[in-house]
Amino acid sequence: MTTLTKTEGEKAPTGPDSFLSVRDLRVRFSTEDGIVKAVDGLSFDVERGKTLGIVGESGSGKSVTNLTVLGLHNPKTTTVEGEILLEGQDLVTTPEKEMEKLRGNKVAMIFQDPLTALSPYYTVGRQIAEPFMKHTGASKKEARDRAIEMLTKVGIPQPRTRVDDYPHQFSGGMRQRAMIAMALVCDPDLLIADEPTTALDVTVQAQILDLLKDLQQEFGSAIIFITHDLGVISDMADDLLVMYSGRAVERGAVREVLREPRHPYTWGLLSSMPRLGGSTSQPLMPIPGSPPSLLNPPSGCPFHPRCTFTDQVSGDRCSTERPPLGEGRAAACHLTAEQKQTIFIDKIQPRLR
Amino acid sequence: MSDNLTLPAQQGSTGASTEALLKVEGLTKHFPIYGGFPIKRKVGAVQAVDNVDLTVGVGESVGLVGESGCGKSTTGRLITRLLEPTGGKIEYAGQDITHANRKKLAPVRSEIQMIFQDPYSSLNPRQTVGTIIKSPMEVNGINPAGGREKRVRELLELVGLNPEHYNRFPHEFSGGQRQRIGVARALALNPKLIVADEPVSALDVSIQAQVVNLLQKVQEEMGIAFLFIAHDLAVVRHFSQRVAVMYLGKVVEVGDRDSIYNRPRHPYTHALLSAVPEVAVDDETENRERIRLAGDVPSPISPPSGCRFRTRCWKAQDKCATEEPPLLQIGGNTEGHLTACHFPEEPSVEARSEDVVMDPALKALENDGDVSKD
Repeated sequence: MTTLTKTEGEKAPTGPDSFLSVRDLRVRFSTEDGIVKAVDGLSFDVERGKTLGIVGESGSGKSVTNLTVLGLHNPKTTTVEGEILLEGQDLVTTPEKEMEKLRGNKVAMIFQDPLTALSPYYTVGRQIAEPFMKHTGASKKEARDRAIEMLTKVGIPQPRTRVDDYPHQFSGGMRQRAMIAMALVCDPDLLIADEPTTALDVTVQAQILDLLKDLQQEFGSAIIFITHDLGVISDMADDLLVMYSGRAVERGAVREVLREPRHPYTWGLLSSMPRLGGSTSQPLMPIPGSPPSLLNPPSGCPFHPRCTFTDQVSGDRCSTERPPLGEGRAAACHLTAEQKQTIFIDKIQPRLR
Repeated sequence: MSDNLTLPAQQGSTGASTEALLKVEGLTKHFPIYGGFPIKRKVGAVQAVDNVDLTVGVGESVGLVGESGCGKSTTGRLITRLLEPTGGKIEYAGQDITHANRKKLAPVRSEIQMIFQDPYSSLNPRQTVGTIIKSPMEVNGINPAGGREKRVRELLELVGLNPEHYNRFPHEFSGGQRQRIGVARALALNPKLIVADEPVSALDVSIQAQVVNLLQKVQEEMGIAFLFIAHDLAVVRHFSQRVAVMYLGKVVEVGDRDSIYNRPRHPYTHALLSAVPEVAVDDETENRERIRLAGDVPSPISPPSGCRFRTRCWKAQDKCATEEPPLLQIGGNTEGHLTACHFPEEPSVEARSEDVVMDPALKALENDGDVSKD
């Protein structure tokens, strides 16, 4: 019952519901040390009103993907290939002037660290009002009223006075609320949230996550939610994309991926994470080694140097042949479906109890 | 009620038992704030740690959890005497070290070591790994059998690094490997107590588990006591036999792992546990209570009177504002499980009939149209 269909077909028309569809995206940065393949052949779809979770470790390309969607990469050092279709419009070829009209209007972003993302020179109210004035042509007075309305919505106490405060007068949780207000001020169809709660405390994180969920119900935006925390994803997302070394390794509905994961990397992530309900008597099962360098990624399956199940695949396919990610609910792994099921039931599932 | 037997028995020490290695009583640290012109005067104080009692037994691992600004790191620094306490008493192995001078502290310092949060800033980039791990031995004039270099190579092997990396520099290692170097340095003097201040929070998920396992191995095999400071409740639960929960400079609840995580009494512990996002690997995880506090932690410059949690608590009454609740073993708690609350919660983390939602924005959104309630 996955909603992420039609991914590999290069020229296939996007589904009726798929609002954003990314096709075979490749992003490369040229650096002094060589070419960094930050994103390498990534495809995914986001439906209207749904949340797509992207999970991965640092350097897996999850943030780069979304900066590229917004066109926030440095065009001098970056090459982007593939298609990013937003309601049929290809954002890769869209000129900067057009992008400006989309950003903050149709597509908005919430950043990880609200203190660096908000300008210290302007009041919070002005920063919220600015995109509204730019995109709707509203007057200063209207924009200010809108800012107060948004601040009320995201739960800032005394919004009429706090609208004139500067970001440093807000606490961490309030700043993140202000960021959300700023992102939602133009009623965007797509909201990209890049680790929006990583810098916050757990009790505040829980408030913000619930707030985002409730606001999504009200505004009906699609959300791309990027995080490294599987717990947060489990709470927020409808669909899940697991990224490793610039590629998607597993995808599907969030419940399916977390309850019956099919990729060794997802198994590793789940069994290396202590959980509140988990057993404390056995040690955690970490993934051996460390994430690969994107300058020189491993051949074949990028996960093979850290994978403990390569011996079950005939020959050296893991190190020579890149496993494809099928359509819909899929995992990019050479293990057969039966092998995956046996390994998961025998070795992985008992550890998750 | 004495199901104290459920505690991991191998370490023998449960709660405030006889074999206390470290005993902290009424520990207080106030950082002064100066203001005024032209002569700066003390105008207030950040009450970072206020009247904290804590015991760490021999070979025991105690977790210290709380949100940022609750004083957990300051407590760690006070115990290692990197900061001078404003008040209270720190007793290490029966010896009062609260205001001990350099000379008196020297032998104690080698027994209390620290592991820091950020493996990038806690290692000197100009020194080789060998020098970094060797220097505690040089400072303390320790000459192990076979020489210091041999000992360093042993330590590197113990923490899962290649002994041949002796002459490498920190920048040649990844974050997880650097944290291992930090662990090796802490082990160099055969300490009895390690204060680990957020040792894994700067690491990636897959690497975190490697370091947690390493620390656990060290703790169990070498019998080192740990004060494990972290904000991640799941990691603390995995690592610690006893857990203390801090809020705004005070310990609000302390007890063995099972009591804190399955039978918490303090509303703040309930709120903290319910806020942890859990991966739903089965249906069981979905039957947890949902509590959403309003706003952030108040400023420790002027903390609320009485119970410090009362401004965000759903059970607060007049008594909470006037009278500070003492940290006691309240009725229904097992031995060693202390709670500082006038109106404690039921000892369960199961879902309640009605969620506690304090946040005004959430309340407004959820009531209107009844979204996301059922």
